[in-house]
Amino acid sequence: MKVTAQDVKYIAQLSRLIVPEADLEKSTEEFNQILNYADILQKIDTTGIEPTPYVLPISNALRKDVAKEGVTHEEALLNAPEVYNDGFKVPRVIE
Amino acid sequence: MTKYTTVIGLEVHAELKTESKAFCTCSAEFTNVPNTHVCPGCLGLPGTLPVLNKQVVEFAIRAGLAVNCEIQKYNKFDRKSYFYPDLCTNYQISQLDKPICLAGHIDINVDGEEKRIGVTRIHMEQDAGKLVHSGATISTSDFSAVDYNRAGVALIEIVSEPDMRSAEEARAYMENLKAILEYTDVCDCKMQEGSLRCDANVSIMPEGATEFGTRVEIKNLNSFRALVRAIEYEVERQKEVLAEGGRLIQETRTWDDANGVTLSMRNKETAEDYRYFPDADLVPVIIDDAWIERVRAELPELPAQRQARLMEQHGLPKYDASIIVSTKAMAEYFDEAVKTAKDAKGVSNWLLGDVSAYLNNEGITISEFKVTPAHLAELVNLTKDGVLSSKLAKKVFTEMLKEDKAPGALVKELGLEQVSDEGAIMKLVEETIAENPQSVADFKAGKDRAIGFLVGQIMKKSKGKANPGMVQKMLKEKMQ
Repeated sequence: MKVTAQDVKYIAQLSRLIVPEADLEKSTEEFNQILNYADILQKIDTTGIEPTPYVLPISNALRKDVAKEGVTHEEALLNAPEVYNDGFKVPRVIE
Repeated sequence: MTKYTTVIGLEVHAELKTESKAFCTCSAEFTNVPNTHVCPGCLGLPGTLPVLNKQVVEFAIRAGLAVNCEIQKYNKFDRKSYFYPDLCTNYQISQLDKPICLAGHIDINVDGEEKRIGVTRIHMEQDAGKLVHSGATISTSDFSAVDYNRAGVALIEIVSEPDMRSAEEARAYMENLKAILEYTDVCDCKMQEGSLRCDANVSIMPEGATEFGTRVEIKNLNSFRALVRAIEYEVERQKEVLAEGGRLIQETRTWDDANGVTLSMRNKETAEDYRYFPDADLVPVIIDDAWIERVRAELPELPAQRQARLMEQHGLPKYDASIIVSTKAMAEYFDEAVKTAKDAKGVSNWLLGDVSAYLNNEGITISEFKVTPAHLAELVNLTKDGVLSSKLAKKVFTEMLKEDKAPGALVKELGLEQVSDEGAIMKLVEETIAENPQSVADFKAGKDRAIGFLVGQIMKKSKGKANPGMVQKMLKEKMQ
């Protein structure tokens, strides 16, 4: 067992996911299956090899600093469940 | 009582003066209408990809070189994951382990003492949106409204070493950094408007200790005054907690400027667990020597160099020069004025004295000052040439604030030319001597102060126009 049900609850909370109590055991098992696979990769000797965050030999995909019109104010707020003072209305953020 | 040493490090966020945002093409310009500079990218909609703005890298290199950093050739971006409504993506694109700049420094001077403050790193990242709370404060609001205009605007975060030992050192560091960012033209540095923001990490440790105490991060410091007050308050608070046998906890506190206190911020996010990982939507940025050297060659004159130049070229005292160069606009005003002024120190005296007092009083900056550098130079010259006494010069200055007229014209209009005519002054001297026998006797008895009174009387009679140097000299001669 690499992670416990407690860990799964914590990670779910960080990701704002609800894992029902009934599914907790199954989720924990699935988590561990993934991590066990990662263990196989961990066994490979990588001494002297630089970490490889990117696999493609591409760099410097840069654009010129030119501003363009985005979407309209009305379009932007189409996705807001509720609007308050031209903004996306959200619940209080501090306890 | 245990004596404590204060340890301060600053994290400064500077919004870069780019036209467009860091990873999308929305305008980065400030606007008061919420959610108008937005696109699917900065609104975090599916199917969008970030593309880095080249100017962000350019500005970060420039700022880094200006604070003596080593520019890192290999740059990658990481996602800092957190759930908070100010970013739609639920992560901020930032740089974790490969920041663009490392190991720089900024020199400060507090009470004549030079000190070098380390700059740990500078990294590129994106700004978050703005939350407008429904209530008076964040904690009394039932809900908030989010404006994503600022979301995605390019930032650099400049992290200092914990090298500062007092609020004044922190202030000096912040002032110098602000000046550097202004001179290099990478940020407009408006602290009140949030384009330059500062968080302070503050801890205390017993004097002589080598291990730092538990640190507290203070947010919401949007002026130099707030920075100083918040640090001073926080140090006292920490001392009190320890004196009462309590323990400090590592936390984030917010500065409440109205009440002059720091308050604990309890976030709904229980842990600071950002789960950084490389942003696979972006590719590495490789900066070659040619790019770095080109930016280095294009660096403008920096505050320290300008200060040295003002001292050397215009003979200004160090104190004057350091204040004039502390804002770019003031330094430019000075340079413009001394083009025609016959007395550089005279210009400096005006800028540090009456001009600064007026600006502070009006709550404006020198960029908004109506008197032109050429007019101020003319005023200095009128004094230098003996046309105006320093007292009348102040009167003319007051008039110049009211209307946009050349001081020479105002002097004529107000009939304020200094009287340097010997005959006219002699007449006043004789009159005054005749009217004040007691003061004359006092002066003859060795009371030097009596002459001050007599000079004052003559100046009054001349409505301030008599040349005070001549008055003094002729009065003395007459009474010998």
